[in-house]
Amino acid sequence: MVCDECGKNEAHIHIMQIGPDGRIEKNLCEECASGYGTTMFTSREKSMSVNDFLKGVFSSAAEGEESAPARHHELVCPNCGMSYQDFQQTGKIGCSVCYDTFRQQLEPLLRRVHGSSVHSGKIPHRSGGALELKHESEVLRRKLQEAVRQEEYEKAAEYRDRIRTLEKKLDQQEGGEADGDR
Amino acid sequence: MAIGDLFSSTDLPWLNIGGREGDVVLSSRIRLARNFRGIPFPNRADFNQLAKVQEMAASIMPEMELAVRQPFDVVDMDKATSLERKVLVEKSLATWNFLKNTQHRVAFISESRHVSIMVNEEDHLRIQCTVNGLDLDAPLALASGIDDLVESRLDVAFDEKMGYLTSCPTNLGTGLRASVLLHLPGLVYTRNINNIINISQQLGLSIRASYGEDDKEWQGNIFQISNQLTLGFSEEEIIGNLKSAVKEIVSHERRARKALELYRKDQLEDSVWRAYGVLCHARILSEKEVLDLLSKVRLGIDMGFIDEVGAQCFSEILIGSRTSYLQNLAGNENMSGNEVDRMRANVVRKALSEHGAAGSRAS
Repeated sequence: MVCDECGKNEAHIHIMQIGPDGRIEKNLCEECASGYGTTMFTSREKSMSVNDFLKGVFSSAAEGEESAPARHHELVCPNCGMSYQDFQQTGKIGCSVCYDTFRQQLEPLLRRVHGSSVHSGKIPHRSGGALELKHESEVLRRKLQEAVRQEEYEKAAEYRDRIRTLEKKLDQQEGGEADGDR
Repeated sequence: MAIGDLFSSTDLPWLNIGGREGDVVLSSRIRLARNFRGIPFPNRADFNQLAKVQEMAASIMPEMELAVRQPFDVVDMDKATSLERKVLVEKSLATWNFLKNTQHRVAFISESRHVSIMVNEEDHLRIQCTVNGLDLDAPLALASGIDDLVESRLDVAFDEKMGYLTSCPTNLGTGLRASVLLHLPGLVYTRNINNIINISQQLGLSIRASYGEDDKEWQGNIFQISNQLTLGFSEEEIIGNLKSAVKEIVSHERRARKALELYRKDQLEDSVWRAYGVLCHARILSEKEVLDLLSKVRLGIDMGFIDEVGAQCFSEILIGSRTSYLQNLAGNENMSGNEVDRMRANVVRKALSEHGAAGSRAS
């Protein structure tokens, strides 16, 4: 059946309008039907599917871990009150504290979604603190090894010195923070 | 400055021509998801908490304006009309998700429209920076600078191992979504687009049509490609991966256009000119029809078949032919479909005549 209004698309939706002239029946395609008020479902709702899909991934993961289901379900985030079960149903996390609360359960799921569970990108300057330096020295250490392998000893020496200064800074910072906090 | 301009102008600088790989790549965008520590994410926060987030975001805006060196328009979604909200989505300055609940939802949009910061979308902050052509480094630097400013004043939720914490675990880590808008008529007409879509998915990238509601219906041959993974890679690795995939797609698109020119030049030229003729003279045009014809006209301009009109008409028609934009311009949400289609045809005719022969010679 072809849509009564545009005459082009296939009609999937049947509507009945009751007005002063009596009853009018129409067969419409989704595009034309979406113009008839907000109650009509538009295909835009399909964008929900990412979370629906995640929900599936997360709850199927729980099924695989039958051995300790009760323990999961008791977990509740102390900050926002979200339980692990809520998360399985919505596929969304409640707050930043939830990530701490459900860390153990989330890690395997993250590996499944991203193929990794360890962040290796940008680190905030303030809350990241010493982490930024640690990352930098790790990168330098990798470069050092590469330089030694290539027998570029001048470069290697340069990397070694930079690592030393970084480590000194790290020691100072960690020592300083400990003194300041406590 | 007039905020009304935001809803009535068709001008979006990042749809302008002249960007890198501009015959195929329309624009490049970086989006960062950030949340404040301790406050529940918007889907779980109560009104007080949402209001607090709004207040926190507003508190750093004066500094933000200095850092970005331009004023921001503030759009309170609760006060905007439903048409105005939809126009923002049509202009990609907001998302559909952002319109679902409007309380304490605010968008800060820079005067140049390159930066849009959504407050209380799925995450507390969604920082979005867009430029024209293929250039992911500039918007990343801009977004990262904005992020640095946010982080220097407010406590951002971050975990040593998991990175930036987000409402949806699919954004965790960098919170970075890089996307590129592509015009791929050559790949669609030569029926190669499905191969590209399949290959992209294998590379951890997602590609989808920007217009059209069906997976099988590609209106306007405009596609958006973006990274799917956000955790375990650095920002540079993510955009590097996307950039090399886009360059590959661009070369395939150019090859497809060359093949079309070689084997079906007469038919292609004819179809391009017919599209131009219809857009120039039609009295009733649907959204879909405009997109499909506009794509052909743009292809004709990029391939040198048409020089009667400048490529600049493309972005003007792309935005100016959307239904909510037209309804908002007319100030009437209850226009009949026919009235909208008539108005759309008028707008298209006007845009084409303004960018007509004289305009193209000048540019």
